[in-house]
Amino acid sequence: MSILGTRVVRTEDPRLLTKGGTYVDDMRLPGMARVTFVRSPVAHAMITGIDTSAALAAPGVVAALTAADLTDLGPPPPDDGSGPNEAAPLPLGGPWSEPLLAVDRVRYVGEPVAMVITDERYQGEDAAELVSVDYEALPAVVGYDAALSGSTLLFPAAETNVAISGGAPADDSAFEGCEVVVEQTIENQRLAPVPMEGRAAAAIWEDGKLTAWVSTQNAQITRFILSGVLGLDPGAIRVVAPDVGGGFGAKVGLDRDAILVVWAAKHIGHALSWTETRSENLLGMTHGRAQRQTIKIGGTRDGRIQAYRLDIVQDTGAYPRMGGFLPFLTRLMAAGPYDIPNASAASTTVVTNATPIAAYRGAGRPEATAAIERAVDLFAAEIGKDPADVRRMNLVPDGKFPYQSPCGPVYDSGAYTGALDQVLAGAGYRELRAEQARRRERGDVLQLGLGVSSYVEITAADAEGGETAQLIVHDNGTATVYTGSSAHGQGHHTAWAMLVEAELGIEMAKVTVIHGDTDLIPLGTGTYGSRSLQLGGVAVHKAAVEVKEQARLLAADLLEASESDLELDTGSGTWQVRGDPASSKTWAEVASHAGDGGLTASVHHTAQPTFPFGSHVAVVEVDTETGKARLIRHVTVDDAGTVLNPILFEGQRHGGIAQGVAQALYEEVAYDADGNPLTSTLVDYAAITAAELPSFELLTSETPAANPLGAKGIGEAGTIGSTPATQNAVIDAVSHLGVRHIDMPATPERVWAAINAARGTL
Amino acid sequence: MKVTVTVNGSQVEAEVPDRTLLVHFLREQASLTATNVGCDTSSCGACTVLLDGQSVKSCTLLAAQADGRAVQTVEGLASGDDPDAMHPVQRAFRAEHGLQCGFCTPGMVMAAVSLLAENSSPTEEEVRSALEGNLCRCTGYHNIVRAVLAAASENQATAASERQA
Amino acid sequence: MIPATFTYQRASSVDEALDLASRGEETKFLAGGHSLLPLMKLRLAVPETLIDIGRLRELSYIRDDGSHLAVGALTSHHDVATSDVLARELPLLAHAASQVGDPQVRHCGTIGGSLAHGDSAADLPAVVLALDATLVVRGPSGSREIAAGDFFRGLFETALEDGELLTEIRIPKPAAPGWSFQKFTKRAIDWAIVGVAVQGGNVALVNMGQTPLRATAVEQALASGAAPGDAAAHAADGLTPSSDFSASRGYREHLARVLVGRALTESLTRA
Repeated sequence: MSILGTRVVRTEDPRLLTKGGTYVDDMRLPGMARVTFVRSPVAHAMITGIDTSAALAAPGVVAALTAADLTDLGPPPPDDGSGPNEAAPLPLGGPWSEPLLAVDRVRYVGEPVAMVITDERYQGEDAAELVSVDYEALPAVVGYDAALSGSTLLFPAAETNVAISGGAPADDSAFEGCEVVVEQTIENQRLAPVPMEGRAAAAIWEDGKLTAWVSTQNAQITRFILSGVLGLDPGAIRVVAPDVGGGFGAKVGLDRDAILVVWAAKHIGHALSWTETRSENLLGMTHGRAQRQTIKIGGTRDGRIQAYRLDIVQDTGAYPRMGGFLPFLTRLMAAGPYDIPNASAASTTVVTNATPIAAYRGAGRPEATAAIERAVDLFAAEIGKDPADVRRMNLVPDGKFPYQSPCGPVYDSGAYTGALDQVLAGAGYRELRAEQARRRERGDVLQLGLGVSSYVEITAADAEGGETAQLIVHDNGTATVYTGSSAHGQGHHTAWAMLVEAELGIEMAKVTVIHGDTDLIPLGTGTYGSRSLQLGGVAVHKAAVEVKEQARLLAADLLEASESDLELDTGSGTWQVRGDPASSKTWAEVASHAGDGGLTASVHHTAQPTFPFGSHVAVVEVDTETGKARLIRHVTVDDAGTVLNPILFEGQRHGGIAQGVAQALYEEVAYDADGNPLTSTLVDYAAITAAELPSFELLTSETPAANPLGAKGIGEAGTIGSTPATQNAVIDAVSHLGVRHIDMPATPERVWAAINAARGTL
Repeated sequence: MKVTVTVNGSQVEAEVPDRTLLVHFLREQASLTATNVGCDTSSCGACTVLLDGQSVKSCTLLAAQADGRAVQTVEGLASGDDPDAMHPVQRAFRAEHGLQCGFCTPGMVMAAVSLLAENSSPTEEEVRSALEGNLCRCTGYHNIVRAVLAAASENQATAASERQA
Repeated sequence: MIPATFTYQRASSVDEALDLASRGEETKFLAGGHSLLPLMKLRLAVPETLIDIGRLRELSYIRDDGSHLAVGALTSHHDVATSDVLARELPLLAHAASQVGDPQVRHCGTIGGSLAHGDSAADLPAVVLALDATLVVRGPSGSREIAAGDFFRGLFETALEDGELLTEIRIPKPAAPGWSFQKFTKRAIDWAIVGVAVQGGNVALVNMGQTPLRATAVEQALASGAAPGDAAAHAADGLTPSSDFSASRGYREHLARVLVGRALTESLTRA
């Protein structure tokens, strides 16, 4: 029996549990000094002077660097006139250029202005306080409307705060024949990713080579960025991703802060290390989401959805890094899992005086799902039908795959209705509705809310870029996998070893998996967008298949048999002549027989994106006197194709669900009217804890994808499905009081205010 | 000032600035880097260690406050990384997949050890409540809670068999 | 983040602590440190000298003195929460202590530290108000007693003079046994948006003003025979709670009414 599909505990864990990982802050380089950043305390201002003299005189200070010191870097790339490309992160350069250290203007609280380098960590904060920066305040652009009005510009040379627009023009004729049309403006609030390890980098410049340890999701992309910014040949840079304490999209590549640390190590010729504080992390690491959405949905009174329109304003923060790309993904998935004849979306991306926005678990797709799942519930409420029934009536039917979405993508495969029915049955939906009716009848203070969401998402959206793997079988019978994927908690080392054992019969304990070192793996892409198993994993699988075919020839030669008579016994990991077990050769013997090249295969696997899907049911209790909502059950079907290791698969779902619930009920990044952050510590940023959550109820559904492992991505699905399910549940709990919509997070005060408002209008 | 702390059974003595936080004493002077710093406000619990047997947040204690006292970190729970030699809580975290990136794990494990020392058979709700000061961003807490409950059951079973023997 | 530089001194007796405090300027007593050190790390507090009183075992005790309970100022929240004596005699205090922070905070934080910090969003100040406690302090010129109602003076401001140390909380055994503690938070770990402590006819509020407060309008209504629900309607009378990121003033006022109603109802079930 194959090891694939079985519950294998992780090989990573004993080390992490007994000694702890080796994160960047655990690195001890010879002579290492510490970097502390001086950050802007104001949202928008001109810099009229920087004085580092007092800092330079402070104990332990090695250097104090400002933009004026960045003399050994080339200028940002010239504006080639092509403008921003919405399908990819915006380039540096042109009117929207983002400096490494602020030059004459700061655009958000937390923007790096100067860096202080000290012998000891503790000296850094003291010295940083001594750097004197003169700011001449400018009006802050806070929120969507202030940005759109354009009365204050972040980038005067651009002559607008709109960085990019795209999508299909609105076509109101699609709604003309609809019996019912519902419109709503909703906000998908700004979130902080909060990986438990913040951003961190260490670097050393030795003998013409720069080595950088970066807490990143992709060593190779990091090297590409460093090579471009520092003007160094890629061969002169080694990037290592050591243990990484979570990423969630916010550690794709590296930020300007980490670039500066690496640059400074070379500039002053000193080994350096930087690990941000949580306060810096909440200001400086990119945020996620931040869309204001206007939804319009129309259909027949009996529940058939005929038209859907989504208009997005994306707040991209102070610099439009991924500000075009994220709403592009939202537009792509706007129609959700529904077969809607007319669906379209458009977006406008604006800059504001806030932390830049980039990928965060789901990256554009949770926003799409949140919008349409609210729309479907609003539509169902308007026509007085159960939201589950309306969904079932409109889901893409099984016979229509591959399904061309009106918003662009072709959904590969699915069983959407089955997933919905399965989760409704698993949750006991009818019973819950009956309990809800009883509580409503009694007028209980604690009302029950049921939230349903159905979703489809795109994973490995950039599958055409593919992923790399090299597999070597050594002459002692062990194997090494070099993967371009980059684990930061997902369990790749376990999963990739399982793939090797399954194909070659080399037991997992003899398989070493190596990732995240550009000297060993120069080519690779890394881990984001739920891409790893279907690209990096398939690459490992294909490498194993190639190695097996090479080994067959070697074994045939060793055993003086015809290769067609040879078979691999994956139970014992030996090659045999069919029908003659006595003839066996071990992997050590076979590998020893290989020539100088050894027994190895390298694969760069490319593919097409896949479309996982599922349905969630959230059950909440809402205290109608205080407005407090509490999630009491969460039941999900998340179908991401064939499951390699249920333990890892479930772990991804659990974490995803929790982050989605967090958005629905607790977490938000907030600024005051002057652009000052109100959520710069974990006291104020309400990261979800164990005490807010129930255990989750996961149901199983596996619809294989069209790749050798049958796998789709699972890293983000939990978040995508759970957010609207939970939000819908809260609104459902108080819908009988007249409440139609509550924005996220559905805090007690928001829910209370919504009940009050509804009572006032009833 | 001179600070002497018994860390995982061994005396660690060092001259440190008065303001040295216990977590930095452990990471720098004791060279035990499993205990991590995850926030500035005693919110996340990544730095949780046992001080004289009770869980504390080592980022919110001065090394001086631990002077002359005993600290246990996750490195002191097991004699090595051999899965068989691990502490029941460590074993349960592995068996139940109670960790992913591993950054919160040392603090989470120590918080769980402290909980079980005070309440040997907690309910799920008690476990969740006891871990409210420890943030994890990867696991959604589901498997952490299961791991703590499993470790409690194992302890109960062990205690029962010892009573019989 | 790291505190600014300071000088650390450790006291081995109350007398030594007072002596050390009398010799320096900008000194702060360090008990469990769980109010003070976070502020110092954010550099919102920058004392020149910290006097560590955390080792003063003489101030860590829970004693039944017949008519009242005496709790040493350095008794940890954990010890208060798990005390059998308090569970029997002052369940309001024991229960409220079990709701402070998280287990790690309760292992370090002390009742005296919490009271001396004078944060109106903290739980225990309102609890000792509701319990008509007396706070015993020692200073250079001897010891004095301060009624809890006179102790909390303003935002993070108490009746403690420079160099004075809170040593004991003396709490009369309640005449009326009914009690309730209602703490309303977004997340379990959060500070109370509003909290209510009830002991008999005493009602105190957390985070409804610059100091912990007695809900005097509620107490008067109760004294004149109002039903709990009617009395609770007065919970925010005359108060000016703040509007901030956690909650608007109007919402706090509403919560106070709801929570006082619930607290009074629950306390009656224990009467």
